[in-house]
Amino acid sequence: MSEESAREEGRGPVSTAPAIATDGIAKRFGPVVALRGVSMHLDRGEVLGLIGDNGAGKSTLIKILTGFHQPDSGRIYVDGKEVRLRSVSHARSLGIETVYQDLALIPGLSVYHNLFLKRERLLHPLPFLANQEMRRKAVDWLREMGVDIPTIDAEVARLSGGQRQAIAIARAVYSEARILLLDEPLAAMGAKEATQILDLIWNLKQRGQVSMIVIAHNYAQVFTVCDRINLLRHGTISLDRRTSEITVQELTDVVVEEYRRSHQSA
Amino acid sequence: MAASTPNGIEEPGQARREAMALRRAAGSFLERRWASILVVAVALAAYFAVANPAFLSGNNLLTIASFLSETAIVTAGEVMVMICGEIDLSVGFVAAMAPFVMYFVWNDAGLPLWLGVVAGLIVSGIVGLVNGLVTVVLRVPSFVTTLGMSFLLNGLTLTTTGAFPIQAPEQGTRFAALMGHNQVAELGWAIAVVLIVQIGLSYTRWGLYTIATGGNLLGASEAGVNVRAIKIANFILCSVLGGLAGILLAFRVSSIDPSAGGYDIMFRAVSGAVIGGTALAGGSGTVIGGFIGALVLAILLDGFTLQGIQANTFDLILGAAILVAMILNVTLQGRRQQGGQ
Repeated sequence: MSEESAREEGRGPVSTAPAIATDGIAKRFGPVVALRGVSMHLDRGEVLGLIGDNGAGKSTLIKILTGFHQPDSGRIYVDGKEVRLRSVSHARSLGIETVYQDLALIPGLSVYHNLFLKRERLLHPLPFLANQEMRRKAVDWLREMGVDIPTIDAEVARLSGGQRQAIAIARAVYSEARILLLDEPLAAMGAKEATQILDLIWNLKQRGQVSMIVIAHNYAQVFTVCDRINLLRHGTISLDRRTSEITVQELTDVVVEEYRRSHQSA
Repeated sequence: MAASTPNGIEEPGQARREAMALRRAAGSFLERRWASILVVAVALAAYFAVANPAFLSGNNLLTIASFLSETAIVTAGEVMVMICGEIDLSVGFVAAMAPFVMYFVWNDAGLPLWLGVVAGLIVSGIVGLVNGLVTVVLRVPSFVTTLGMSFLLNGLTLTTTGAFPIQAPEQGTRFAALMGHNQVAELGWAIAVVLIVQIGLSYTRWGLYTIATGGNLLGASEAGVNVRAIKIANFILCSVLGGLAGILLAFRVSSIDPSAGGYDIMFRAVSGAVIGGTALAGGSGTVIGGFIGALVLAILLDGFTLQGIQANTFDLILGAAILVAMILNVTLQGRRQQGGQ
């Protein structure tokens, strides 16, 4: 049901409010202007590719959307309501979750303990962990998400970058996040692993429960799973195109042209 | 499937599968680092048993047991502190102080001895609380915090006692026997402590959060784990166990000695933890591994003594062995982290 409505929202901006939207977000760190008026939106069930060169302001924007930084000016709307994101936990309580490749997981814990960290099931009334229950639920959940992990008992330290990324994403979705910010989900990954993560993003999109912003350096890789691409350059969104209206080659031409112009003017 | 169709064609596959399962089981046994340390402990024991028949005598086994017990109790606490990414160097001086607190409460305040024991453990816990608060709130590295605490406690113990040993109270009573004068009872304390702390580590939130805190401090606190509280709690646990070991030691030798414990038992505890597979960088380790590490040290110390090796030579061998164990710990840990990539 949400899949259909999401598709509708994607076509016409009328029906419901976007999952998250910003209006004129600006942020400076001392003399450095990181963002100068970013207005963007992420529709429900949509996958938005956020691309841009190093220093374009991608990470600052993401840190503002997750409540880590507070903007100097501008507004943020979640489900159409204006919010001031006070902290990471405040943003999380609104269903906004960031997935960093290596930050989220505990290397010395098993896959299922990682999935259930801070949401452990206990053998009530005893204070002991219900490991069997958590293990079983984790297996089911990962299977449902289409995540292929050699063994649920393995310590995360033993898994590959792609497997870790998949578990981190699965955990965020399991925590009932509605807006996922994936920071360079394919960084340092081989083709096979990258494909698995793209498949996972695709699966999530089909389920329609989460909206996603995918931050990527290499946009050609994520192009296929994105509904729309935003190019962030010099602290503003300089391009906003649906992937159905543009090819990777055309996008590359635009990006190159943008850079050429900016270098000439600078 | 294969098991329910007992025909000749299925058998080779079945056998190969069983062989693979067996190999995998053996592999995961050796991957548990404490298991490989257990092999070392057994090998050492076998060597000393052959080299000197007195090694397996009842009296000698009791000597090993009491040496092991006191170290293993401190090791259990040290393992928890080390897993959450800190270290406690002051625990040996807590061990020296606790029996004096017990003695003062019993002798000077005239309260029952068991209350003295409780008071000794409470004061030990307060030392751990201070260690934890200074480390976590004031952000002084625990290495420095607890080093300072070592000197402070040592000075405190020496000045309040006049630096003289005193006789342990209620000698010959059942209470004294239970509290460590009987070496089997002492070993019982150690095994109970190791089991309880290991269960806490493996099967409770406290253990999970301890591993999370040491394994990924930022990630754990991002997930909502109260990493400060976890660290403070483990400092308190470590100090209380140090106090317990000191009290057991005092009853065992029937004397409360201000120079007991100290850096010696702390160093053995840290070494036992590291030999038993606790990562120096935090994030992984087991209490059972620490117990077996302490056992290796106990066997080495006792075996070399029986062989008549001089104390100075012994320090040389032990120091080298511990250094090697620490180097292996760091390099193996590095390899393990990269295992999947």
